[in-house]
Amino acid sequence: MEAAHAHDHAHGHAEHAHHPGGIMRWVMTTNHKDIGTLYLVFSLTMFFVGGVLALMLRAELFQPGLQLWRPDFFNELTTMHGLIMVFGAIMPAFVGFANWQIPMMIGALDMAFARMNNWSFWLLPPAAILLVVSFFVPGGATAAGWTIYAPLSTQMGPGMDLAIFALHIMGASSIMGSINIITTILNMRAPGMTLMKMPLFVWTWLITAYLLIAVMPVLAGAITMILTDRHFGTHFFNPAGGGDPVMFQHIFWFFGHPEVYIMILPAFGIVSQIVPTFARKPLFGYSSMVYATASIAILSFIVWAHHMFTVGMPAAAQLFFMYATMLIAVPTGVKVFNWVATMWKGALTFETPMLWACGFIFVFSMGGFTGLVLAITPVDIQLQDTYYVVAHFHYVLVAGSLFAIYGGAYYWLPKWSGRMYDETLGKWHFWLSMIFFNITFFPMHFSGLAGMPRRIPDYALQFADFNMISTIGAFGFGLAQLLFLVVLFKLRSGPKAADKSWEGAEGLEWTLPSPAPYHSFETPPVVK
Amino acid sequence: MTSTLARLFAAALALCADAALAAQYNLQPPQSVIAREIYDLHTLIMWIIVVIFVVVFGAMTYAIVKHRKSVGHKAEQFHENTTVEIVWTVIPFLILIGMAYPATKTVIAMKDTSSPDITIKATGYQWKWGYDYLQEGISFYSSLATPRDQIEGRAAKGEHYLLEVDNPVVVPVGKKIRIITTANDVIHAWWVPALGIKQDAIPGFVRDTWFRADNPGTYRGQCAELCGKDHGFMPIVVEAVTPEKYEAWVKEKKAQAQKVAAADAAPEKKWTLDELKQRGEKVYAANCVACHQANGMGTPPAFPPLSGSKMVNGPKGPHIDIVLNGKPGTAMAPFKHLSDADIAAVVTYERNAWNNKTGDMVTPDEVKAARK
Repeated sequence: MEAAHAHDHAHGHAEHAHHPGGIMRWVMTTNHKDIGTLYLVFSLTMFFVGGVLALMLRAELFQPGLQLWRPDFFNELTTMHGLIMVFGAIMPAFVGFANWQIPMMIGALDMAFARMNNWSFWLLPPAAILLVVSFFVPGGATAAGWTIYAPLSTQMGPGMDLAIFALHIMGASSIMGSINIITTILNMRAPGMTLMKMPLFVWTWLITAYLLIAVMPVLAGAITMILTDRHFGTHFFNPAGGGDPVMFQHIFWFFGHPEVYIMILPAFGIVSQIVPTFARKPLFGYSSMVYATASIAILSFIVWAHHMFTVGMPAAAQLFFMYATMLIAVPTGVKVFNWVATMWKGALTFETPMLWACGFIFVFSMGGFTGLVLAITPVDIQLQDTYYVVAHFHYVLVAGSLFAIYGGAYYWLPKWSGRMYDETLGKWHFWLSMIFFNITFFPMHFSGLAGMPRRIPDYALQFADFNMISTIGAFGFGLAQLLFLVVLFKLRSGPKAADKSWEGAEGLEWTLPSPAPYHSFETPPVVK
Repeated sequence: MTSTLARLFAAALALCADAALAAQYNLQPPQSVIAREIYDLHTLIMWIIVVIFVVVFGAMTYAIVKHRKSVGHKAEQFHENTTVEIVWTVIPFLILIGMAYPATKTVIAMKDTSSPDITIKATGYQWKWGYDYLQEGISFYSSLATPRDQIEGRAAKGEHYLLEVDNPVVVPVGKKIRIITTANDVIHAWWVPALGIKQDAIPGFVRDTWFRADNPGTYRGQCAELCGKDHGFMPIVVEAVTPEKYEAWVKEKKAQAQKVAAADAAPEKKWTLDELKQRGEKVYAANCVACHQANGMGTPPAFPPLSGSKMVNGPKGPHIDIVLNGKPGTAMAPFKHLSDADIAAVVTYERNAWNNKTGDMVTPDEVKAARK
């Protein structure tokens, strides 16, 4: 991103003259900021790839009837849109933030394992290439949904194998990233930076990293079993050989549910940094925020089967998973209340990062509310695998994770690049995204309630109006994202950012010059 | 006076229109006890959510408007309050208990599949449903009835576009119907929104659920679990009729089945090539066309072409075998549930359609022999 270039110029060459220049600088880098930039650029690229797939499938859904794609290609689009957005866009974006911010926020020099850091990033591009190339192998990409349920996934062509390899590689990358983050946070904090003084973003990432280490191997196990079922004659999920297709779902969601918190907890962290800054007031209920994050993480391990209420579990199991799922509303509610209380009686201003954060609180909460509706087993059985669920998880993943990522990017871009972004453009980017997001996804609640299943290329006539609105919204949303590229492009010529870029900003990163020096804290600061 | 009446009338009309509109914005009008309980639960939770929404975002909006720096508000520096924090942890917990209680009752009611009046097994196939009325001994397949021309935009779309089948499930109103689900290939889900049931159909496993239709009517649903290419094209139609009509339907179906079976099994029955080809074309249209296409060109590589295929133009034996037993490791499923006559017909048809001109005729006896 521009960030890295800008700081390259700003810093002269004396202090890192021993680094190779040009492309090799990026290939060989062990610097947390360079690697953070690589992660963020990678994630933005994959976000646009996944976005194009989304627009392709929305285009087919503009009207009833099959116009553009064959049904099997439509299924490839939905599957790859999901896989690319989850594993290629959202997760790497948060790791990018972690790389840039964690050392600066805890007063460390760099990440703990610098070389492993390089490796965990450079695993991602080959994985992404495998995913994208799978469209061009015989039979096309996997069309079994991002959930790759067996036995449908064992029917797929070689595209499925490529996706399995890609997931393995991305999983390895995530695990290495997590080990690095945990080690950095636990060992490299500045003197006086006790755990309960850490910025909330660091806390949320510490917990997220543990979640990743716990569940990525579970996913690896599930997809390996698919692979051996496909090619080596095992029958883990093949009922004809004594296997159990439902077991796949249990294993997958034991990974999958913590996974959704992996994608939202760092977003909570970012929002918890932004809101106090622009309220000019300390975060309300810091310790309860930490405890709430930890409770959400722990609960995430005992709710997985709420994704499977329709497989026909015994009543006792349905009730257990319903109660456990409902419980998650309590810590999540605490977080929202704390953010509102932080804003209460502050001196609020609404620069772009704060707009994204407020947008996040508002729209993410709507996703939380529909989550509560879906937690109720009988209602879920009616709504499972409908567009209501599609609306729900886009409210938490787009309006949740993505809005927080944008908020964080606008918030820290001045620190990363040493330049202020164009505030007007930033506000346009936010408002257009917010409006088109709702035009796209709000009608999906209605089509879901009325009975439209998800993952279908064609639909009955009563869903036509809502689908047309959604498609128009989707194209508006997609185009609005191009504004972010303009913002990044104009960053070079933006005004110089102050070291403390925001009036109300607190934290060690703001004590560093803007742009931040190549090595964050050569001598550890002392935190009182 | 007249104008008042006219206004009242107009208002009533508007209300009806609203109600019709409301159906688009909400769950479908419930037609069974369970569906009604689900509907009411959803309404209850929506109201709770609306209240919480108004309180929380009312506070947030108030802060956004009143506590801005631009209106001169000075930031206070408080950052915790144990009492408030305990209160807003405990209150949501109590609300949740209030929601869990009715939900629990419904879960238990939904799970109670005991003492049904009629049991129907629904089997998911890629991509149609098979139904077996276990006591009555009726079996049939139910496939999408919407013509390809409507799907591909060559004809105007009908009222029940994509939600119509050739053979609907017929049930009597007021009787407890137990649906047993299973699948032949991958996971499907049997879903009829107005009756409040959705149950995954899982290969190798048997699951059950139940409903009791309140009113006569036609209730439409779809497969709800991604099951491959034509997941969007395997609807479910349930016709709830009076018990008398149901009895008549059962009789008719049985008579029909007996007639077909008798005709097929008659040893003196002499099949002609044309007869088999004609019948085979119908069997093909119902079972094979989704993958191998009407023109026999398939959608390679997952679904290979039959026209000009080495297999189809080779010896009869392997061709009959692949139709009967499928090909493990590929999408080709076994079709041994079809009758000998149907399999003979479809194999004959395939060997003589499109570019295939073998002139072969496969008889039901050959299929019968191949089954052993």
